[in-house]
Amino acid sequence: MKKLCAIACFVAAASLTHAGSPAKGLGSAHAAKSAPQSAQVRAVDAVPYFRFENFTTANGLPDNHVFSVLVDGDRIWAGTENGLGVYENGAWKTYNTADGLAHRAVLSLALDKRTGDVWAGTMGGLSRISGGRIDSYTQLNSGLSNDVVYGVSVEGENVWVATAAGACRLDLKTGQWSLYNERNTPMNEIWVYAVSATPTKVYFAVWGSGLLEYDQNTGRWDKYDDPDGETEMVLFKDQGLIHEIVTSVSYVDNIVWAATYFGDSRYDGRYWHNFLTKDSGLPSNFTNFIKGLDANRAWFGTDKGLAYYDGANWAVYRPSLKDGKPEMTVRDAQGNTTPVAVTTAPAHNYVLGLDVQGEDIWVATAKGLSHGIRQHP
Amino acid sequence: MLAVLGVAFCCGRRVHAATQNPRSGEMLTYASPVEMLFSPDGARLYVLCQGSDEVRILSGATYKTIRKIAVGHVPRGFSLSPDGRRLLVANSWDDTISVIDTGALKVVATWPVGAEPSSVVEDRAGKYLFVANRISNDVAVLDAGTGAEVKRLLAGRGASAITASPDGSRMYVTHVYPNLNREDTMGGDRGIPRSEITVIDAERAVVDQRIALKAVAHGFHIAFSRDGRLGVMAQLHPKNLVPLAHVEHSGAFADTLTVFGADVGQPAEVPLDELERYASRPFGVAVSPDKSRIYVTCEGSEIVTVIDVPRLLVFVRSHPGSSARDLSGSANYVITRIAVGRDPRGVTMTRDGSRLLVANRLDDTISVIDTRANRVVATVRLDGPDVVTAQRHGEQTFYSAAYSFQGQIGCANCHIDSTFDGLAWDLEPDGFGRDVVDNRLIEDLRGTEPYKWNGGNPNLPTECGPRTEMYFWRSENYDNLTLADLVLYIRSIPQRPNRWRRPDGELTAAQERGKALFERSVDKFGKPIAEANRCSYCHSGKKGTSQKPFDVGTGKATDNSGLLDTPQLMNIALTAPYLHDGSAKTLEEIWTVFNPTDKHGRTNDLTKDELNDLIEYLRTR
Repeated sequence: MKKLCAIACFVAAASLTHAGSPAKGLGSAHAAKSAPQSAQVRAVDAVPYFRFENFTTANGLPDNHVFSVLVDGDRIWAGTENGLGVYENGAWKTYNTADGLAHRAVLSLALDKRTGDVWAGTMGGLSRISGGRIDSYTQLNSGLSNDVVYGVSVEGENVWVATAAGACRLDLKTGQWSLYNERNTPMNEIWVYAVSATPTKVYFAVWGSGLLEYDQNTGRWDKYDDPDGETEMVLFKDQGLIHEIVTSVSYVDNIVWAATYFGDSRYDGRYWHNFLTKDSGLPSNFTNFIKGLDANRAWFGTDKGLAYYDGANWAVYRPSLKDGKPEMTVRDAQGNTTPVAVTTAPAHNYVLGLDVQGEDIWVATAKGLSHGIRQHP
Repeated sequence: MLAVLGVAFCCGRRVHAATQNPRSGEMLTYASPVEMLFSPDGARLYVLCQGSDEVRILSGATYKTIRKIAVGHVPRGFSLSPDGRRLLVANSWDDTISVIDTGALKVVATWPVGAEPSSVVEDRAGKYLFVANRISNDVAVLDAGTGAEVKRLLAGRGASAITASPDGSRMYVTHVYPNLNREDTMGGDRGIPRSEITVIDAERAVVDQRIALKAVAHGFHIAFSRDGRLGVMAQLHPKNLVPLAHVEHSGAFADTLTVFGADVGQPAEVPLDELERYASRPFGVAVSPDKSRIYVTCEGSEIVTVIDVPRLLVFVRSHPGSSARDLSGSANYVITRIAVGRDPRGVTMTRDGSRLLVANRLDDTISVIDTRANRVVATVRLDGPDVVTAQRHGEQTFYSAAYSFQGQIGCANCHIDSTFDGLAWDLEPDGFGRDVVDNRLIEDLRGTEPYKWNGGNPNLPTECGPRTEMYFWRSENYDNLTLADLVLYIRSIPQRPNRWRRPDGELTAAQERGKALFERSVDKFGKPIAEANRCSYCHSGKKGTSQKPFDVGTGKATDNSGLLDTPQLMNIALTAPYLHDGSAKTLEEIWTVFNPTDKHGRTNDLTKDELNDLIEYLRTR
């Protein structure tokens, strides 16, 4: 286990110049029910502020290319290109193939909150980390449909898996694998990038085949497509999914948040709302990751920075695209953008994942893992 | 001769194997005690009787039977709630927990649990019950009030015994089968067996730690000293990948303990065997109240091994790690060996530690040992048949190590509780790594002959007689009657209920699709599949074997034979690894790795979905 001794070298001394009333309870499920900020509250007062501490290989992270991050109480799991890191008590420990991990590149992570087991989707199979033991499932030794596991989600006794050859469900009680692909679902393409499972519905982000919904009660499948077809044009805004190339999905409070490489979507079961750079605070349409906090708030991981949306206002956190200096901008509901002076930013603009730890956030980027420590004036 | 009643039912029906008295025709049911507990006040002795499906309540003073309470089928483990008001029984073949009110002395609830529950323990707070499920390899966490399952925790393979730490904060789970190692998919099953002690945080009901047990394949009971600083686990350490050429110096197994806890530091493995005296199959463990002695029942040797704790700790501190191969080690701490009854299993001590009681499963007795004198001062006979039937005698033979060289091993060493062991063995003295063979399940064997993977033994008398004597026992032959009785017993072992079949006997949609693939005669391209290339041709009949040998392309250069016996398929889901040499770790690998040219059935036209369906069907066999 490597000691994290040089962290101070990588932490910019933060001093926020903005003074206001930050948003409350960022990661709290209870606080997450709050309504969009009223117009009377200034946007700069509504969005959260963070001091970012960044982790790289220099201070113990297994690899700087971080695909996924998972908060597990006081432990932080980081899926990197060269191993699964776990940060606990100020030190990193790395699991790799010698420990039983299916592959060194860990693309996705999920926590079974009931048991504490962590599921890791890798480039070479699916691994279960339980009490320090790692069991790995591959397309050769199990019913897993494909070894490239882009996404994983745990719901009750089911582990839902998004792979390069369709989706799967592993029933932990019976050991049965059920496979979902073009033969038994409306999945045109089988390149499944992400899955978000709840006891009622399961959503799949399918690269090139839109958004797929599975109703757990009826066993029925539904498919949501871009009404403009597979073009990159947006002819029918807010009338359906923004694009067919869906990269991430998050289902919370009966709301679907979907990310694509050409903008993002929110769907409440009746109405769609789409987000594009040109008419929202989204820093880029190219979105790798989306995490809904509740019906109104969500985080967006793009190729040009990390964005937060509270239902009305936007905040973007990133190193400047011009000079790499820490940058934060706030956009209100009217489209007015306000720069905020900050001294820290996420490790890189290319954001691949995020998880919430109380009021803090952990951000997976292409060049390091960032801990956003919530700042209150 | 004796008539055997082998009534095997599945799918919610009872499975029974009983014998008749040859003279009277009376049905005989043996008590077969496996575990015991004293009530908190010591007034009662609870005895778990696996053969008669009962808990018997004896006087703690006189050992007279007070009451018999019927529970579920094949009860395997039980425990008292911390307040002593409930006795919880794990019924391994019914997949239920019986809750006995110790005041009313009756079953007040029966709760369904996972597959083959083998142990149940309530936490100190009365919030959860923890149930070890042997077949589903997990620990079910139940609501202690309602019995509703809250969740399941991943255990090791063959989760069987749960012991609470003295302070109640942790649950320690042992496992009778080695963990299935999914690593090295292409490398075959030539790795060192590994098991674990799964440690559960009782308050949070999550796995807190896994104590790794290298080279240990089968773990049984754990006991703690009252201060909680010393834990002791009884276990088997197989030497399965070394040809059984040298039976001296503990040829096939080391009978050992793992000791752990604050008194020890890092867990250590210590042998119970001596050069010419073996402690075959350690099972039950007790630590005296003053922590001066450890008592270990040894099933095959039919003894209790008595260990001096201070001397053991001195040895462990000067011999960290494993001393399993050091047969001079036990002389440092083993004080004596006390002969008890047949197949001694669970143990319990009186509160003051003056008496140790041993449940002798196969002669329906309890040995009462004076712990100061280290001798049996009484043998309590439980109610039951006086006569030992031929089948019962065969079972005693199966579990005894008396027939092997120096009393090292018995049939039950590799057929744990008359099942299998999850290992591949290099049995014959034909060179290292030659003819490594997977161990097979021995349930409901009638009609599955010949035996051995090369089909070389035409019947059970040959398999259990000359072959076993030559390669395993290296000792004098059974007499003819004993061999006949042993074969009678083995033939009577029924098939356990299949947990993958629905209670109504119907197949699920996936199982139906898999069945069609199993029985198909045309491949997906419309081409006829040659008869010998159909699953159902070689694996024909109710038991899934044509009883003929075939070359299915899985042979290795190290095999001595090209043709392989067709194994039966009953309860195939339980018996990983697979193929004759255990090279396939899972059912999937039989076809994804070891069937490149379709010699082991036409399967390479199948999609992954279809292969999954085929496997779902096979699990129902």
